[in-house]
Amino acid sequence: MSEQEKKESVLDKRSSRRTFIKNSGLTVGGVVLGGALGSLLIKDDKSTTHNTVTQNHAKTPAANPNVALMFFTPSQYQVTQAAVDRIFPEDANGPGAKELNAAIYIDHQLAGPWGSNVKDYRLGAFYKAEENQGPQTKILRKDLFLAGLDSLNTYSNKQFKVDFKELEATQQDEVLLAFSEGKVELYGKVSSSQFFNLLRTLTIEGVYADPMYGGNNEMLGWSMRKYPGSRMQYVAEIQDEKFIELEPQSLNSHMGH
Amino acid sequence: MVTKLPKVPVVVVGMGWAGGIVSAELTKAGINVVGLERGKDRSTADYTMGHDELRYQHRQELMQDLSKETITYRNTVSGKALPMRHYGTFIVGDGVGGAGSHWNGQTYRFLPYDFEIRSKTIERYGIEKIPAWMEGLNDWGITYDEMEPYYDTFEKMAGISGETVELWGKRTNPYPTPPLVKTPLMKEFEKAATSLGYKPFVIPAANLSESYTNPDGISRGACQYCAYCENFGCEYGAKGDPAVTVIPVAKQTGKLDLRTHSNVLELTKSGGKASGVIYVDMLTGEKFEQPADVVVVASYVFNNSRLLLNSGIGTPYDPKTGKGTIGKNYCYQVTAGGSQLFFEDREFNLYGGAGALGMEIAEYMGDNFDHSKVDFIHGAGIRSTQYGDRPIAVNRVPAGTPNWGAEFKEKSIKYANSNFPVKTQGASLPHKENYLDLDPEFKDEFGYPLLRMTYEYTDNDRAMGKYMSAITRKFAEEIGADIIDTNEEQGPFNVNKDSNTHNTGGVIMGTDPEKSALNTYLQMWEAENVFVLGASAFPHNSSFNPTGTLGALSYRAAEGIQKYLKEGGLLVKA
Repeated sequence: MSEQEKKESVLDKRSSRRTFIKNSGLTVGGVVLGGALGSLLIKDDKSTTHNTVTQNHAKTPAANPNVALMFFTPSQYQVTQAAVDRIFPEDANGPGAKELNAAIYIDHQLAGPWGSNVKDYRLGAFYKAEENQGPQTKILRKDLFLAGLDSLNTYSNKQFKVDFKELEATQQDEVLLAFSEGKVELYGKVSSSQFFNLLRTLTIEGVYADPMYGGNNEMLGWSMRKYPGSRMQYVAEIQDEKFIELEPQSLNSHMGH
Repeated sequence: MVTKLPKVPVVVVGMGWAGGIVSAELTKAGINVVGLERGKDRSTADYTMGHDELRYQHRQELMQDLSKETITYRNTVSGKALPMRHYGTFIVGDGVGGAGSHWNGQTYRFLPYDFEIRSKTIERYGIEKIPAWMEGLNDWGITYDEMEPYYDTFEKMAGISGETVELWGKRTNPYPTPPLVKTPLMKEFEKAATSLGYKPFVIPAANLSESYTNPDGISRGACQYCAYCENFGCEYGAKGDPAVTVIPVAKQTGKLDLRTHSNVLELTKSGGKASGVIYVDMLTGEKFEQPADVVVVASYVFNNSRLLLNSGIGTPYDPKTGKGTIGKNYCYQVTAGGSQLFFEDREFNLYGGAGALGMEIAEYMGDNFDHSKVDFIHGAGIRSTQYGDRPIAVNRVPAGTPNWGAEFKEKSIKYANSNFPVKTQGASLPHKENYLDLDPEFKDEFGYPLLRMTYEYTDNDRAMGKYMSAITRKFAEEIGADIIDTNEEQGPFNVNKDSNTHNTGGVIMGTDPEKSALNTYLQMWEAENVFVLGASAFPHNSSFNPTGTLGALSYRAAEGIQKYLKEGGLLVKA
């Protein structure tokens, strides 16, 4: 396959994926649905019924079993989806963090050892830190994140009388900006900027980490920036004056070697 | 309960480069060595799934578990130090290979000026060029010419790829392998450097440029430019790593008793010497006492100081009086003054790279330029590197771009393959109030005090950063980038801001037992059967990555230990 052909196949794949996402009703609808389970299954699309969901799933060549929750409640998941999509929104380059399953990634990370800070130093007293000493709060990442999600809704209701996910994009940005600047009451003495930094970090990870972790859906995070993922060598490419776009490969491609 | 084991000739604490080199040299000479490593054993098979940015870089797979032990940090002697609760500025390796597994592979020799820095500075500029706060600045007690054979040995063992640099110390042999390839990005740097009148060179690398068999008979393949070096292990063994070089050699002799998951808590002592070590099995919690004739402390910089302080071996340094040596002259690396270049219509294959891939100039290093009109001494390398930009870690955007949202996404994608830096890597010189001691409050999981770091950048660093920023700016303009962001100021040190792991000092070498902890064989003045290896022995840090000098000094220490086992006593007269 020539480089040009490779490039085209990457683009084809991207556009067909985009079409699928649009058709399957994954894009933002912002509607209140019936039960928690229903809202989870049928995403946000009010026109979709359980039947069509089943059909959509049946049409999907490989339904992704990774798209399920091990930590969030459905409503926490939805707030997260809305928030990550403002950190890394859909644009002309391609999908935003929501379509890339960054919220699934975050759910899985917070459920695991990192969410419980198992490799962090947690002994001794927690004093107020100088700016150059790093955070000294005792709260675990998983609890910080949940407190942040609660606070996003409380603050949105105070400012705009609706939940965070119901806000217009520009209003959501306003809310997130206030959080990033530490202006919002979060939980005890924990700063809202600490939550924001965690949200920001997790969103970028959810966009660009190997798809094995649940985000970077179909490696579209990588292909948007022409990153080839986990390939084993670039001896020729690195010396080439021209940019060479390669189709991304995930760690899965190294299984059975 | 502590199980007492039979006495051995040599026990080595830590199996990174220093411990690995000493173990290989001693076992080859027929000496039995017990190697204690707190982490696990490793080989290239561990890295089959190595290209996992999240796991290795952002979840620190190869690093020490901070839940068990960390450092505390404060920026001044009057502040209260608080624990570094998660990684940020530096990372601390764990397991066989240590930092020699997760490093980038940039392998330098220090300059002739470095080893005689005090004498040469005074000779050229007078004593007043050294400010009072820098009174700890000293000659190392060894010259470059005396170091040369040890550098040569280290480079041949690790298979360093490079080209001879005129402005550095003389070499007896060329690098064992030719330099790495030049990428379009490196050629841009080279062209600009040449037209500005400098002599650019390819950075010397432990990422092999071609397949190589070292004097120990270890064969390794060439670097594939896969871009997973720093924070990662090399699945090809192309990166020089103790786990694929010196440690297999030591194992092959049958004389190395390597005990992994064995964390040394303290040295035992008797009659002014060490008598062995106490260690704990990190999997079972079982404790052991291992008596030995010689104790080689070869863990990371921080833990080398901490072990001695927690064992009451050597005199702790006191910044008020300037007396004592353990914890003295903690230095770091100064990287202020870089310029970031962005291009509108050029794309580079930035997904590829290697940890030591890049070009540099030597004209502003050490005393290679006249310092009589500047208010700092020493200097920096000016360099452009291509490590390979991984997408979670590297999202360079022009200054003023928010770090989230629509504009961030657009710019970070637009410039993902259309940027590169012209950076500096500068020397870090001792300040009498930059030091290491034991924290009065915070403890590790076994109840031993944590190491406390007191550190802030100095006036020398700030002046040097500003000076170098003008040079990197000049490079950027010569290259002709569309957007150039230059960082002119060295900000305050921050323990959780990503920078680098070039920590040095704390157990320094020298000629005077009042001013140094070790002689030039890295033998302790105050305990002759204790040898303390690593960058902890550097009296200051030069404008280079520390591993080359750490490796060379380890070969010298291995020679010293053999001499000590035969003759005993201090190997150098004070």
